[in-house]
Amino acid sequence: MYSSIVFLPLIGSVIAGFLSFYNRDRVAELTTIACLLLSFLFSIIVFAEVAIGGKPVTVDLARWIVSGDFAAHWRLRFDTLTAVMLIVVTGVSSMVHIYSVGYMSHDKARARFMSYLSFFTFAMLMLVTSDNLVQLFFGWEGVGVASYLLIGFWYKKDSAHIAAMKAFVVNRVGDFGFALGILAIYHIFGSIDFDVIFSEAGLFSKTNISFLGFSLPALEVAGILLFIGAMGKSAQLGLHTWLPDAMEGPTPVSALIHAATMVTAGVFMVCRLSPMLEFAPVSLAVITIVGGTTAIFAATVGMTQFDIKRVIAYSTCSQLGYMFFAAGVSAYPAAMFHLTTHAFFKALLFLGAGSVIHALSDEQDLRRMGGIWDKIPLTYMMMWIGSLALAGFPFFAGFYSKDMILEAAYAAHTGVGNYAFWMGCMAAFLTAFYSWRLLILAFHGKPRASAEAMAHIHESPKVMTIPLFVLALGAIFAGWLGYEMFVGKDMMTFWGESIFILPWNQAMERAHHVPTWVKLLPIMLAASGVALAVLFYGFLPGMPGRVAAAFRPIYLFFFNKWYFDELYERVFVGPAVRIGVLLWHRGDKHIIDGFGPDGMSGLVYRVSGYCARIQSGFVFHYVLAMLVGVVILVTWYYLRMRGIGG
Amino acid sequence: MIGAWPILSIVTFLPLFGALFLLLIRGEGEVVAQNARHVTLWVTGFTFLVSLALLIGFDPKMPGYQFEEKAEWLPGTGIGYHMGIDGISMPFVLLSTFLTPLAILASWRSIKSRVREYMIAFLVLETMMIGMFVSLDMLMFYLFFEAVLIPMFIIIGVWGGARRVYAAFKFFLYTLLGSVLMLVCILAMYIEVGTTDIPILTAYSFGVGMQTWLFLGFLASFAVKVPMWPVHTWLPDAHVEAPTAGSMILAGVLLKMGGYGFIRFSLPMFPHASEFFSPLIFAMSIIAVIYTSLVALAQSDMKKLIAYSSVAHMGFVTIGIFTLTEQGIAGAMFQMISHGLVSAALFFCVGVVYDRLHTREISAYGGVAAVMPRYAVFFMFMMLASVGLPGTSGFVGELLVLVGAWKASTWVAFFTATGLVLGATYMLWLYRRVMLGGIIHEKVHDMEPLTQREFAIFLPITVIVLWFGVYPASLLDLMVGSIQLVIDTVSSSGVSLLAQN
Repeated sequence: MYSSIVFLPLIGSVIAGFLSFYNRDRVAELTTIACLLLSFLFSIIVFAEVAIGGKPVTVDLARWIVSGDFAAHWRLRFDTLTAVMLIVVTGVSSMVHIYSVGYMSHDKARARFMSYLSFFTFAMLMLVTSDNLVQLFFGWEGVGVASYLLIGFWYKKDSAHIAAMKAFVVNRVGDFGFALGILAIYHIFGSIDFDVIFSEAGLFSKTNISFLGFSLPALEVAGILLFIGAMGKSAQLGLHTWLPDAMEGPTPVSALIHAATMVTAGVFMVCRLSPMLEFAPVSLAVITIVGGTTAIFAATVGMTQFDIKRVIAYSTCSQLGYMFFAAGVSAYPAAMFHLTTHAFFKALLFLGAGSVIHALSDEQDLRRMGGIWDKIPLTYMMMWIGSLALAGFPFFAGFYSKDMILEAAYAAHTGVGNYAFWMGCMAAFLTAFYSWRLLILAFHGKPRASAEAMAHIHESPKVMTIPLFVLALGAIFAGWLGYEMFVGKDMMTFWGESIFILPWNQAMERAHHVPTWVKLLPIMLAASGVALAVLFYGFLPGMPGRVAAAFRPIYLFFFNKWYFDELYERVFVGPAVRIGVLLWHRGDKHIIDGFGPDGMSGLVYRVSGYCARIQSGFVFHYVLAMLVGVVILVTWYYLRMRGIGG
Repeated sequence: MIGAWPILSIVTFLPLFGALFLLLIRGEGEVVAQNARHVTLWVTGFTFLVSLALLIGFDPKMPGYQFEEKAEWLPGTGIGYHMGIDGISMPFVLLSTFLTPLAILASWRSIKSRVREYMIAFLVLETMMIGMFVSLDMLMFYLFFEAVLIPMFIIIGVWGGARRVYAAFKFFLYTLLGSVLMLVCILAMYIEVGTTDIPILTAYSFGVGMQTWLFLGFLASFAVKVPMWPVHTWLPDAHVEAPTAGSMILAGVLLKMGGYGFIRFSLPMFPHASEFFSPLIFAMSIIAVIYTSLVALAQSDMKKLIAYSSVAHMGFVTIGIFTLTEQGIAGAMFQMISHGLVSAALFFCVGVVYDRLHTREISAYGGVAAVMPRYAVFFMFMMLASVGLPGTSGFVGELLVLVGAWKASTWVAFFTATGLVLGATYMLWLYRRVMLGGIIHEKVHDMEPLTQREFAIFLPITVIVLWFGVYPASLLDLMVGSIQLVIDTVSSSGVSLLAQN
């Protein structure tokens, strides 16, 4: 049963993949959904056995890459951390599978779509059940490929396949760090198995290794390199540029991959590596700073965007920042808690947005929406629930987890912790602001969509709304259901050995005893964010434009996403191709061939040309040559005779 | 019972007999062509089956040579007929016998003129390739090593593209220059030791000064074959002009001759020089990885792009070999086999669309996925294998090379790993421009979907690439003993290994 959780989606994917060539879309849909639901069912059982029952399990499958003392095995690891991820992944994934049946009903390649979705789920499950870093990397790259395929699913659209390639390449930059991190770990521990790394991490806390000529603390090097990988996958500042573009994919994909599961893989990895990162304080500080900065960065960009999906994408980016700085202050349980609640409400928001887009005949621009709340009341309600949970209003899921994170950051009482706390608070204000901006622009005010789109407007079919209901339940109840278990007093009996916190990193403990104003601040900020959004977009429609005009440079900076894409285009993409052309023309053709084969053959050709010219065919030339020869010969002979004679 | 047969000689010379048989065919032009195709396919297929006996009879626990055959050739000179395989040469023999029938299938329709001569050239080529990998006598090795060039030279020069003569001569010029230096070195070794028997030469320890010169002489030859930067410029031209099947064999097998030579000769025979020159090799290989990846980005010709990517991938191989670590060498071996399969498939990918539109220009395509969905799947898979996706064979080699490289120097590992990013960039870009997007050119609409014959070529390669990616032990186990022996030979000669274990 344990391994079937992982392999059922693969089987579904392969079957659907074959069916896609025979246009058996309905069969493919049913097969993949059946596999996923079964996998979800098993996940619940495993959660009960492993996490609640406290019995971790490992399943040996086969040898993989073994050479000398380097050994990576196919092995599945089920502990509490994995069990939580199993619920999240299979739960959200099965809902998204069902939703897709409705959302993609007009598409010709539904079987292919379902195959990709199931393949993604398989790779994600391999990632979360991995027992060593190389298998983690397998899942990591697998979800990357799935994401590539799904972003570019509508491959005839140029923007889609360009975004797909961008996602893959930017992730590869992160993987560059990840791969080096694996090598560093192997160099330090002589193994890449989690069990070895975790049990021996303490021994190496003072060890230095030589990296690029510097002698650096071993675990810090490994920690930061691996975190670069996490930054790519989880779209943290610097390597985030692919995530907004990834919205080119079908909306169910955005919900599953680019909100609920794949992008949280980086957070999962950091939590998974907690037994090692605890001994790498600098790495943790870096994680905190990057997380805090991303939280505020993405929020500032999110409030200026007009594409409904991009707003939510930046929101995801920002929320991932929260999870990272939680992990950075050693509040891993809080990070995992937020990961779980976020999966539900963000998937809900995305699928809700998909429902809006579906209703408006594929319109994504907020400026061409509005005035539709009474036409699609169910979707409207779902979006409210999602937004309330995201903004962290009391008793919704985000309230518990986000407050926990901010409290832990404050309670860490470190410089970076405080930085993250204040960034997080500001981002909380902006989160509420852009969420209600989205709600008002999308649903209220005068209808701005074309008359044609307004005429066709319709509530989504049941196959789409039922998954929304299920996710909404999660967005409402996941918080208070999970609170005691994930971050309550006895949380360590729940997490067992899957998360390790050094006794002197007390952020989690002390988070329960922070001053009242720290507990109240996020709610107040969220409420004022909502108020401001309602004021701006509900009552004073001219205000946003005037504010944007008054602070034009800042607005443009935010609107243009802090100019990251332009910077990368100038610094990396353009020059790479130019250097390539230069090396090819100057290096290969000019220098190497010029002096090498072409130069050589040219030389031979010229010399033989000279020789050929001597053979002119004129008799008097030959006679002259013979005469000269005879003269030389006679002279030489004569001189020699003289020499002997003398 | 298998041991009683001279099975290596059979595998080696079976294709040559096939070639002789083809000479005897008489009849009308088209009949001869059709018969030649079938005979060649049967012969190469049968050779592959016979070579499987090697795999079955091979004992991976024995690190030394197996299936040895020894006979007098030039009595009293120390030069003999000596064949045998170990874990290092055996995968290459199977790679050769596996790829040749597929290459024959790949040229089934696209070669229309002088079919019989073409098939003869391929059969001779196969004999030469296999002979080179199984030779245990230096002179025999040299003869096969050089003779391989002749059929390939003819294949490019006769059945190649528009600039085939230029490409063929460039190919010949480069490889000949290197070979001459190697021949001088072989003579020097013969004079020193009095035999050309490879096991004896391996056991002999040459003086440090002599090692240096011999190493450089061999390097000149192997570097051209690999090819290493800066002697790589023959490769793109040769590939562009060669017919599809020629490219498949060139990239699939002939590029591996250099890497095989390094492991078989340079490392165990000249261990001191190998260690001394390893920084030079690293530098050249790192330049190859980065430089040729960037050049690949700039290509507008599909075949040239893949040819440049081959140079980058072979950079991984040379790095792995000269880390002198078990993981590095195993990784290099694995990478060679994997690249042999993947690049052959990628060149075939180009051949498939070339047969339809008769151009290799990337800009002439676009949106092919819509008209050739099955082809899109195979091309996608091979592209991902080429960028080293875990679960495909490409990943295993790259990872092990990187593990070895980190032991040699973190700088080497750092720069080698940039290949992960660059490789993904040019391959994905290629795929995007050829396969994805809307159809811009009218002709693309009329492209015929993948035929059964083409499907039959892709399928076995795909299965093996996937199998080696998921269960690489089936290949690594064969090699591990022999690689360990190479490392023992190197370390017993007193070379301070860059890193123990």
